[in-house]
Amino acid sequence: MDPGPAVDVRGLNKYFGKKHVVRDLSLQVRRGEIFGFLGPNGSGKTTSIRLLCGLLTPDSGSGTCLGFDIARETAAIKREVGYMTQRFSLWEDLTIRENLEFVSRMYGMKNRSRAVSEALENLGLSSRQGQLAGTLSGGWKQRLSLASCMLHNPHLLLLDEPTAGVDPRARRDFWDHINELAGSGITVLVSTHYMDEAERCHRLAYIAYGRLLVSGTSEEVIGSQALAGYEVTGPDLPRYAALLRGLPFPVQVTAFGATLHVVGSDSTALNDLAQRMKKEDSHDWKPISPGLEDVFISLMEKAEEDIT
Amino acid sequence: MISGFSWLRWSGIIFKEFIQLKRDRLTFAMVVGIPIMQLTLFGYAINSDPKNLPSAALIADHGPFGRAVLQGLDNSDYFRIVREISDAADADRLLAEGDVQFVVTIPGDFDRKLARGERPALFIEADATDPSATGNALAAVAGIVRASLARDLQGTLGRLAPLSDPVDIRVHRRYNPEGVTSFNIVPGLIGTILTMTMILLTGLAMTRERERGTFENLLATPALPIEVMTGKIVPYILIGLIQVSLLIAAAYFIFNVPMVGSLALLYLSVLIFIAANLTLGITFSSIARNQLQAMQMTFFFFLPSILLSGFMFPFRGMPQWAQWVGSIFPLTHFLRIVRGIMLKGNTFAELWPNLWPILAFISVVIALGLLVYRKTLD
Ligand SMILES: Nc1ncnc2c1ncn2[C@@H]1O[C@H](COP(=O)(O)OP(=O)(O)OP(=O)(O)O)[C@@H](O)[C@H]1O
Ligand SMILES: [Mg+2]
Repeated sequence: MDPGPAVDVRGLNKYFGKKHVVRDLSLQVRRGEIFGFLGPNGSGKTTSIRLLCGLLTPDSGSGTCLGFDIARETAAIKREVGYMTQRFSLWEDLTIRENLEFVSRMYGMKNRSRAVSEALENLGLSSRQGQLAGTLSGGWKQRLSLASCMLHNPHLLLLDEPTAGVDPRARRDFWDHINELAGSGITVLVSTHYMDEAERCHRLAYIAYGRLLVSGTSEEVIGSQALAGYEVTGPDLPRYAALLRGLPFPVQVTAFGATLHVVGSDSTALNDLAQRMKKEDSHDWKPISPGLEDVFISLMEKAEEDIT
Repeated sequence: MISGFSWLRWSGIIFKEFIQLKRDRLTFAMVVGIPIMQLTLFGYAINSDPKNLPSAALIADHGPFGRAVLQGLDNSDYFRIVREISDAADADRLLAEGDVQFVVTIPGDFDRKLARGERPALFIEADATDPSATGNALAAVAGIVRASLARDLQGTLGRLAPLSDPVDIRVHRRYNPEGVTSFNIVPGLIGTILTMTMILLTGLAMTRERERGTFENLLATPALPIEVMTGKIVPYILIGLIQVSLLIAAAYFIFNVPMVGSLALLYLSVLIFIAANLTLGITFSSIARNQLQAMQMTFFFFLPSILLSGFMFPFRGMPQWAQWVGSIFPLTHFLRIVRGIMLKGNTFAELWPNLWPILAFISVVIALGLLVYRKTLD
C-alpha cells in the first residue's frame, strides 16, 4: 500500500497581525526524499516549517504530515517528527547528557540510557557529556540539537538551517548521515542558505515573500528560468562591472575572483551583447550554464519587482 | 486532555526543573534570603490608627449607667457596637472568628455599685493579635468612659463626680496579652513572602522558556500542556513549604510566637494558599511575553495585596472600598488564617469563612489560566 506523501499541504496561509507571512503555500514531499527549502531571510521558511509540525496553526488551508492532519492531529505528528529549530533551543543550564535524557523522556522512549549513550558516542561527545550545553561552541550546539531531534527515530525530520556555522568536515558528515537516513526511508525537509547543500537535495522549493516560486529537482529549477550566462575575463573588471550594470536590460553581475559572472533572464539580448562585446573590446566572453545561485538571485529580484 | 497523561514525561519535567533550580544560585539565594531579610526588616512594625472597630456588648445589667457607657463608646471614633449578646460563649466565638475586635462586658450590679461609689468593673476583651489595630482604641477607653458618665454623675449623684475613675476598667488582651508586634508580623511575613516568591518564581519559570527559545523545543515534543504546567509547579510547592518551615521555626524559636493551634491545619492552609499563588503565577506567565512582563505583573498584584490585606495597615482602619478590594486577595484571608491558628488556636470550622474565598480565587484563576494558555507559538 502506498502510504502517500510525507508532507502534503495545500493553500496554507499565515498572518502575524496584518503581516501576510505565508501565502497559499502548497507543498508535496515524497517519502524517503531529501527536500531542500530555500529562500531569502524573512521569506517564511521557519514559519512554514512550524506550520507543518503543529507549532503554529494556519489561518487557512489544510494538509497532512505523515498522513496526520496538521490542524487536528498535532499530538500524533509530534511523536513521529523530529524538529530542529533554527535557534539553539536545548537547555543551556543542563548538561549535554541531561538534555538528551530529558528529550528521551519527553518522547517516552524505552532503553533511554542506552539510546543516549549511543547518541553521545556517534556525536563524539561521550567524554564531554557532563559539560553544560550552554558552554558548547556554536557548531557543537548545532550538532547536539541535531542528535537530540533524531533521538526518538522520527519518520520525518524537519531541519531548520541545521548546518549554519558548522565546519566543512562536520557538514559533510552530516550530509552523509542524512543520505543514509533517506536511504532507509526517512524523509528529510531541510532549510538552508548553502548552494552546495541545495544541490545535494533530491528536490527543492524556493520561497520569497511567503510565496512558493518554484519547486522541483535542481535541473528543473534551473531549466524553469531559462537564464543565459557568461564568464567574463579581462582588464579593469570593477569598472567594467559598473558599466554592465547600467545596461538597458537587467543582468546580474557578480565578481568571482578574477572573473565576472554575467547572468540575465533576457537570453537573446544577452547573447547579442556577448557577440558584440567579443568583437569590440579586449574582454573575453565565455558562455557558462547558470547555477542554482544565479537562478535564486534572479527569482528574488523578480519577486521584489512584483511586490513593489 | 488528561487521557494521554504520561507519568514519565511529567516526572521528567519535574526532574529537569529541579536540576535547573539547583544550578540557579540567584533564585536559590532569593528563596532562602528573602524570608530572613524580611524577618529582620519587618521586626519594626508600622503603626497606624484604625477607627470604628466593630465591637460586641455583653450586657448583664441594663441600667442607665451601663447604657451611657456603651453609648459613649459607640459615639467615639474608635468603637462601633455592632452586636448585643447575652452569652459569654458568643463573645468567645465572635472574637475567635474575628467578627469583632472587642467585647465590652457590663457586669451585673454595675449601676448599683456605681451609684454607691464602689468602682464597679468594666471588662473589655480585645483581639490583640494585631496590637497596632487595638492600641489606640484601648488607650482611649478610660477617657471615653469618664466623659460619658460625667453628665449623669453630676446631678443627684454629684458627689461621685470628683472621683477620678468611677469605673474599674479591666482590659483583657486576648491572644497576645503583651501586645507584641512580632506576633502579628511573623504570620504576616509567611503570607507576604509566599505571595512574592511563589508568583514570581512560577511566572518566571514559563516565560524563561519562552524567552530562551526552549519553549519551542518543549512544544515540539509530545508533552501535554497539563504536564508542563503542573510539572513546573511541583518544585515550587516544595520550595514554598521549605520557606514556611523556615519562618515558623524562626517565629517559634527566635520571636517566641506561640503556636496554639494545629500545625497540620497550618500546613494544610499553607498548601491551599501556595496553590492560589502558583496558579496565578502560571497564568501570569501564559499572558506575559517575557520575563520582565511577568515580573511587572507580579508586582502589580503584590503591592496592593500587601497594602490592602491588613499586613501593612490594620484591615479595619481602611475605608470601606479598600476593604472590599482587599477581600479579593488570598493574602488577606491567609493572614487571618495564620493568626487564627498560631495565636487563637482556631479550628477548621472557624477557619472556613476565610478558606473558601481562597478556594474561590483558585477556581477563577485556573479557569482564566486555561483560557489563555498558549499551546502554539502564535
Ligand atoms: N512570532 C512572530 N510574530 C510576528 N512576526 C513574525 C513572527 N515570526 C516570524 N515573523 C515574521 O515573519 C516573517 C517570516 O519569518 P521566518 O522566520 O519564517 O523567515 P525565514 O524564512 O525563516 O528567515 P531566515 O532565513 O532569516 O531564518 C518575518 O518577516 C518575520 O519578521
Ligand atoms: Mg528561519
